[in-house]
Amino acid sequence: MSGIQESVIIRTVVRIMVPFIQIFALYVIMHGSSGPGGGFQGGVIFGAGIILYTMIYGHKEGKQRMSDKLSRILSSSGVAIFALTGISCLVFGGMFLQYGVVPLLPDNPAVVSRLLIDVVEIGIGITVLAVMISLFFDVSPPEQDEEELHASEEAGQ
Amino acid sequence: MKLVALFVVILAGGMLIYAGQDLPAFGDPESPAYQHPIIEHYITHSETESGVENIVTALLANYRGYDTLGEVTVIFTAGMTVILLLRRREI
Repeated sequence: MSGIQESVIIRTVVRIMVPFIQIFALYVIMHGSSGPGGGFQGGVIFGAGIILYTMIYGHKEGKQRMSDKLSRILSSSGVAIFALTGISCLVFGGMFLQYGVVPLLPDNPAVVSRLLIDVVEIGIGITVLAVMISLFFDVSPPEQDEEELHASEEAGQ
Repeated sequence: MKLVALFVVILAGGMLIYAGQDLPAFGDPESPAYQHPIIEHYITHSETESGVENIVTALLANYRGYDTLGEVTVIFTAGMTVILLLRRREI
């Protein structure tokens, strides 16, 4: 553990901040249809919240929140949500991603389109956040104690 | 080999800078991108056609939805590639 990770102030502030960062990320994703925002931006903010948590509390704690398996499943399911939304438009007789044809509200295609655009944004956000977190876990240097473990193993041989 | 790489980088960068001189000024209303008639259609019709007030989102998710699906696939593929190439195996 380095000096930053031992600081009580930083650990407490991060613990308090992360839920708010995640709520803000959800707001940005859901706000995409009526203002600045969208799946890409919101996903990045959500991923940054978990990355912040992992930087302070360590890989072990971070992987308990977001395991490798979970990030793998999420990153593919986001693309699947997007593609299945497009295919569902094909099923109801429209073109690929022609949202208005889906008969959720038969007399109001614009509202259906808005709902499905939100679904698509959620899919984008899920993929982006999972990929960001998985990239961070893969490229960040190994933990201190992990390195010491390797060193002692090598010394033992 | 390093010299060749440096030469290629300088050549490509010089070409980009040279081509950048001909770009329209930032926010220029006379630039071709703002003169195309489809712009007016997007501004006047995007809310009734796609149901979202944000024109950027209407373009991104509705008019250019297929392109956005490709972008998300690119991000997904990049993530999978990093997993394949860089993931540390558990010992």
